[in-house]
Amino acid sequence: MPTANETIERLTSQDYKYGFVTEIEEDSVAPGLNEDIIRLISHKKGEPEWLLDWRLKAYRNWQTMEEPKWSNVTYPPIDYDAVVYYSAPKQIAKRPGSLEEVDPKLLETYERLGIPLRERGALAGVAVDAVFDSVSVATTFKAQLAKLGVIFCSFSEAVRDHPDLVRKYLGSVVPYADNYFAGLNSAVFSDGSFCYVPKGVRCPMELSTYFRINAAQTGQFERTLIIADEGAYVSYLEGCTAPMRDRNQLHAAVVELIALDNAQIKYSTVQNWYPGDKEGRGGIYNFVTKRGKCAGVNSKISWTQVETGSAITWKYPSCILLGDNSIGEFYSVALTNNYQQADTGTKMIHIGRNTRSTIVSKGISAGHGQNTYRGLVQVAKKAEGARNYSQCDSMLIGDQCGAHTFPYIDVRNPSGQVEHEACTSKIGEDQIFYCNQRGISTEDAVSMIVNGFCKQVFRELPMEFAVEAQKLLTVSLEGSVG
Amino acid sequence: MPLLEVKNLHVNVGGTEILKGVDLAVNEGEIHAIMGPNGSGKSTLAQTISGHPAFEVTDGDIVYGGESLLGKKPEERACAGIFLAFQYPVEIPGISNSLFMKSALNAIRRSRGLQELDAFEFLELIKEKANTVEMDEALLSRSVNSGFSGGEKKRNEILQMAVLEPRLGILDETDSGLDIDALRIVADGVNSLRAPHRAMIIVTHYQRLLNYIVPDFVHVLNGGRIVRSGGKELALELEEKGYSWLEEEALARS
Repeated sequence: MPTANETIERLTSQDYKYGFVTEIEEDSVAPGLNEDIIRLISHKKGEPEWLLDWRLKAYRNWQTMEEPKWSNVTYPPIDYDAVVYYSAPKQIAKRPGSLEEVDPKLLETYERLGIPLRERGALAGVAVDAVFDSVSVATTFKAQLAKLGVIFCSFSEAVRDHPDLVRKYLGSVVPYADNYFAGLNSAVFSDGSFCYVPKGVRCPMELSTYFRINAAQTGQFERTLIIADEGAYVSYLEGCTAPMRDRNQLHAAVVELIALDNAQIKYSTVQNWYPGDKEGRGGIYNFVTKRGKCAGVNSKISWTQVETGSAITWKYPSCILLGDNSIGEFYSVALTNNYQQADTGTKMIHIGRNTRSTIVSKGISAGHGQNTYRGLVQVAKKAEGARNYSQCDSMLIGDQCGAHTFPYIDVRNPSGQVEHEACTSKIGEDQIFYCNQRGISTEDAVSMIVNGFCKQVFRELPMEFAVEAQKLLTVSLEGSVG
Repeated sequence: MPLLEVKNLHVNVGGTEILKGVDLAVNEGEIHAIMGPNGSGKSTLAQTISGHPAFEVTDGDIVYGGESLLGKKPEERACAGIFLAFQYPVEIPGISNSLFMKSALNAIRRSRGLQELDAFEFLELIKEKANTVEMDEALLSRSVNSGFSGGEKKRNEILQMAVLEPRLGILDETDSGLDIDALRIVADGVNSLRAPHRAMIIVTHYQRLLNYIVPDFVHVLNGGRIVRSGGKELALELEEKGYSWLEEEALARS
């Protein structure tokens, strides 16, 4: 008879579903990083002078920086000169005018990933920008959104068609000198998504970007910039997958959100980059900087993330609560199985008066996974009446994994209220047997217990994706309780 | 044909033989009490019948409804109608008690080809059943057994038994740690589940529970074997003379 351990082993060892490779001719630059490569990327994208200057400044600054060593993850040194910084399907490089001209192989890739790009077959109520390696392949529902004044397009198009907006906000939340990986991204970023929701408009559909790394040895460095003007609302979702490869691949993205007076941005991520195999070979290094600025009064930025993929995850989606009465939220589920490592959390920087923030973090460790929550709650001198509530829970599955918590709290205003709650639990054989004895199978029991643990976060996800996230979690856990 | 037939059952736990040839036959409608001193193998018998993976059957058989249970998973046994009220009910944080029971009931119904109950049908059922064990409805929305008092946990076990309506209910020291009021409530719950098509095995150390739940048969387990079987009077005799009496008798015989 299989024990709970064996069943969970079988469950968590299920194969990564999105590991296929698309055979397509790509136009790649030579590996390595220097000013010429940056000029080449900028030239290929037909960028204006100011943007090239910004990239070069970022690069020169990056050269003076050191890779951060404070995070609770270990990996061999990255050879930044072995990375290919730009890779695009040849045909896309020539900018197809419409979806009909896009290589069917690319469309098929997204179909297989469950992201149809033909609008007729598209997910109802979701507009998608599909990014393949270094470029955006297609953006759906653009015309419909344009009628409301909503700009949703690839970053490259935004640079070309809306340079004023890009120039005004690029780097305004995450400057190129912010940190090592953001600096690298600023120098070599290739594409990404751009969104602007004008005053008073409530964006009627979910906007989403689907990131796909395909080419070997290639790093993906995309930038996302979302601006919600006064009174606007937008809900945005990001999904990611990559083929199975033995070598580690680097993904260093930057996401900047700006919410003006009374605006709201809801940003959800379902991250399922290739996590590496059971022995820890291969997988994506997901080193990402995400930050939102609640610039206006009564504005709100809400991050929700479900992190199940990547060999290493290093990201701290944060909120700068500048406007009075602004609200920041962070809801996170991070799962590490096999040899995955995650060091993730958030920063809530309270600057305005009566600013509020909520942090709910759920870490699940299975196999040899190491899961770290790292968070900062900072209440500045002038942040009269600031309030924070943090809840930070860990679940351990098996006895080879680890959970770690590093909450930093820095309160400089006596009226600030900060609460922190934490608990650690373990799925044990006794719980599994209890469920079994009531007629519930081991798979269902694990899935029920894990989903119960995460429900506070899942209910923050847009409906369609909450279901997907639950399934993803179950699949990612296949093979893990003890 | 008995509902349950335990034949020459030998069970090892962690390499040590705990049961050394147990025979027991239970018919539908009967209540059997298994008594015995600590360490005699009472809980081992209960856990082995329900399929706990730590208990290894080295010889003999357990036949239930005409089929051997050996090689069947615990959930298959549960779906076939075997219910174990745990001596130490397990806490499962994050899952509401009522969702847990609904999942269990529907898993069992699915296995029998019956339609699953929807949220409304289940709510109606659970409220009615909660009444019979005098369970506060607030405990239904709390996480399974989390922060429950000892008495609430045991009552929750009986509630689950009432909801799942097993053919064979096994109560593993359900009386331990209960005060007299809780004992009465638990016993009332069990008595209300007595039915001609349902059998029960009550594992207990003390005679006290048997004042409230009157068994048809009493068996005494000692040293991994059933050393004596009899009617309900046997329990009273044990209460009076203690288990050492049987041990002395066994020594005298050998």
